[in-house]
Amino acid sequence: MIERYLVQASTFAADIDFVINLIAVLVGFWFFLTAGVFFWLLFRFRRRDGVPSEYITGEEKEHKRFISIPHYLIMVCDIFIIVAAIQVWVNVKQDLPENPHAEIRVIGQQWAWTFVHPGPDGELDTADDIVTVEELRVEVNQPYVFHLESRDVLHNFSVPVFRLKQDVIPGRVITGWFEATKTGTHDIQCAEICGIGHGLMPGRIVIESAADHAAWMAGKAPNQLAATVRGTTVAATGGTKLAAASGDALNAN
Amino acid sequence: MAESIEHPGHAGGHDAPHDHEMSFWSKYIFSTDHKVIAMQYLFTGMAMGLIGGFFAYAFRMQLAFPGMEVPGWGMVSPADYNSLVTNHGTIMIFWVAMPVLIAAFGNFLIPLMIGCDDMVFPKINRLSFQIFFVSAIVLLSSFFVPGGAFGGAWTAYPPLSANPNYSLTPMGSSIWVVAVALEFIAFLLGGINFITTAMNARAPGMKLYDIPIVVWMIVVASILFMASVGPLIAGAIMLFMDQNIGTHFFDPAYGGDPILWQHLFWFFGHPEVYVVLLPAMGITAEIITVFARKKLFAYRTVLYTTFGTGVLSFTVWAHHQFIAGIDPRMAHVFTITTLLISIPIAEMCFVYVATLYGGSITFSTPMLWALAFIFEFLIGGVTGIFLGASGSDIYFHDTYFVLAHFHYTFFPIAIIGTFAGVTFWYPKMFGKMMNDTLGKLHFWGTVIPFNLIFIPLFVLGAAGQHRRIYNYEHFPELSAPWMQDLRQVATIALVVMLGMQLVFFYNFFASMFRGKAAGKNPWKSNTLEWTADSPPPHGNWPEGLPNVYRGPYEYSHPDRDDDYWPQNVPS
Repeated sequence: MIERYLVQASTFAADIDFVINLIAVLVGFWFFLTAGVFFWLLFRFRRRDGVPSEYITGEEKEHKRFISIPHYLIMVCDIFIIVAAIQVWVNVKQDLPENPHAEIRVIGQQWAWTFVHPGPDGELDTADDIVTVEELRVEVNQPYVFHLESRDVLHNFSVPVFRLKQDVIPGRVITGWFEATKTGTHDIQCAEICGIGHGLMPGRIVIESAADHAAWMAGKAPNQLAATVRGTTVAATGGTKLAAASGDALNAN
Repeated sequence: MAESIEHPGHAGGHDAPHDHEMSFWSKYIFSTDHKVIAMQYLFTGMAMGLIGGFFAYAFRMQLAFPGMEVPGWGMVSPADYNSLVTNHGTIMIFWVAMPVLIAAFGNFLIPLMIGCDDMVFPKINRLSFQIFFVSAIVLLSSFFVPGGAFGGAWTAYPPLSANPNYSLTPMGSSIWVVAVALEFIAFLLGGINFITTAMNARAPGMKLYDIPIVVWMIVVASILFMASVGPLIAGAIMLFMDQNIGTHFFDPAYGGDPILWQHLFWFFGHPEVYVVLLPAMGITAEIITVFARKKLFAYRTVLYTTFGTGVLSFTVWAHHQFIAGIDPRMAHVFTITTLLISIPIAEMCFVYVATLYGGSITFSTPMLWALAFIFEFLIGGVTGIFLGASGSDIYFHDTYFVLAHFHYTFFPIAIIGTFAGVTFWYPKMFGKMMNDTLGKLHFWGTVIPFNLIFIPLFVLGAAGQHRRIYNYEHFPELSAPWMQDLRQVATIALVVMLGMQLVFFYNFFASMFRGKAAGKNPWKSNTLEWTADSPPPHGNWPEGLPNVYRGPYEYSHPDRDDDYWPQNVPS
């Protein structure tokens, strides 16, 4: 359903859309069945003169099965949904690619996105890092690992065409991955309310071919901005470690 | 009728039923009578509902017509927008759904339905409303302080809510926390009363399985509320201290943890859904049995699924936090529990549908509301599966799909359920019948626009539109003309729906004076409240409390000529 509105631009977009479609089919079946029975009963048992109600307690087995059998069937549907959802979840949120093409750092703050690209040497935190504001550039068909950091409040790094979304938490580095499958330029939205400028925090992701990406990098000299970002970046390495020292500097009022 | 038998439930706290004239103040403002307190909650809830509805109007106009001066509000700045959505949510849940469904119906119905003269703690009951009323004033006052009202969403996630440098509402955020904490205290006091009264003060002969389902559901809802609210009150105190005296419970720079708040909030926040759902479910059960002239299908199954839902509701909270930065492996547990809770809820819906089988259904106004509740809530229920399953929530989280989903649960609960209850018990509350034609006009004028508001928002959410953004023009993928058209459809439908509420208010107030007299039991219902006078006097049954001989749903019993069999009629 979702691909009618937004292209599937990552390797896992189709998997997430599959879960959505699976749920749509299963709950759609139950919804239309229940609604159909409901409206049929309303019509069939509308009040007519001389036709009294029946006295049914619903406590006997032969009556109870009308609700217990559907509810066992729903349990079976639930199991299908759980299995499908967990499989996709493990792929998107738990597993990381073994040999990522590059790592990037995404920094949210009130109210802008800063993106740190590794530059031609492919390593973050070196002199040739390329830092941009509100524009992330990645190569198509290459797995990327991203590190999310926040300088102030919660943000959410959301790329709808990837079907990807992850909160950004101050004091932590949250790591995830994506692999784009189609070139193009798409929205990055902040999906967690972050203050009065929340609606003014649009970012965009430019997915380009290897040649275009290399040309873009060649045209970007390492700049002063990169040094600034490195200086204040949260110094944690693990996913949940606190950033005591540098965090102080960030959050000092 | 029963002679007046002293039983332990006879409420203390007020004198014998009053013959003497009371002043306006002691009769209507400082009364300890459960029915007066119920009306105080009902009217306060309705007034807050109008304010919450007005807020929705203001921010929906901004979304449909960005940058337009909204009639009645003016320009909606980004700060205004955040304050409006935050307080719309806060008001509708804490100051409309809670007071009306739990407090107004609980207060009005519990003593009348279990055959008792008042709540067992009438003065605590009065205190509960007084604190609630103060909390409402405290909340509204935040719109008039420097910096304006809190705008960090009704979930108030820190660090945004904890630090004025981030929220830019130094006073508004503290006032918001104080108001919410006061409101919780009010409902803790009310909850004590509901549980104690229903368990200890039942009429002679009323066994546990003879209690009407709505009373059971309000009792279970009160237990859920009281068991879940503790952590959030602790959280609210911590948040208040973070804001005002420089503690850093939620500030990662000083060893705090912002996610801790999310756990405390949702540990309460998800049971809260069932706290308001259950009374609405109960109201629906009472109405469909009366207007289908049917015994409730499988009373005990309904009761056990209610308990099951209550227990399960404590185990699902982190499905609000799948992508919030919790350990991703936790999502598996909460996906499983969340899908499990769909089973008792589905079973309840099936029970209600099964109750209709073999009935003789009259489509009166209360019945239309009750049937609409079942149908609309069904939509809310099935769309919840998309969000409870971790894999699809990655995409849907924080989109308008979530927003449309919970409005398809909360609107049937708080609005449709309330109108069902008010139109059904109005004859008992005021002794007059409401106008049925106006009632049906109001019903269709509310339910059709409701669907026209939120079906477009489902579509927008599926297309990736995120929440709490005051203007989508900055996002190329969300600026397509068809999307703006849908936003306008939703807003126009909202304006129509709000306008149709005038019909209700006219009907509600005019019927008090012009409605035809209701008599004791206009719907030919079985439960005890219909054996008291309409409206019931202070003390409910001055001639003596009723005895109970059977369950509440003995409609169309084969041994009877009448198609109903009131609980108090001896065999």
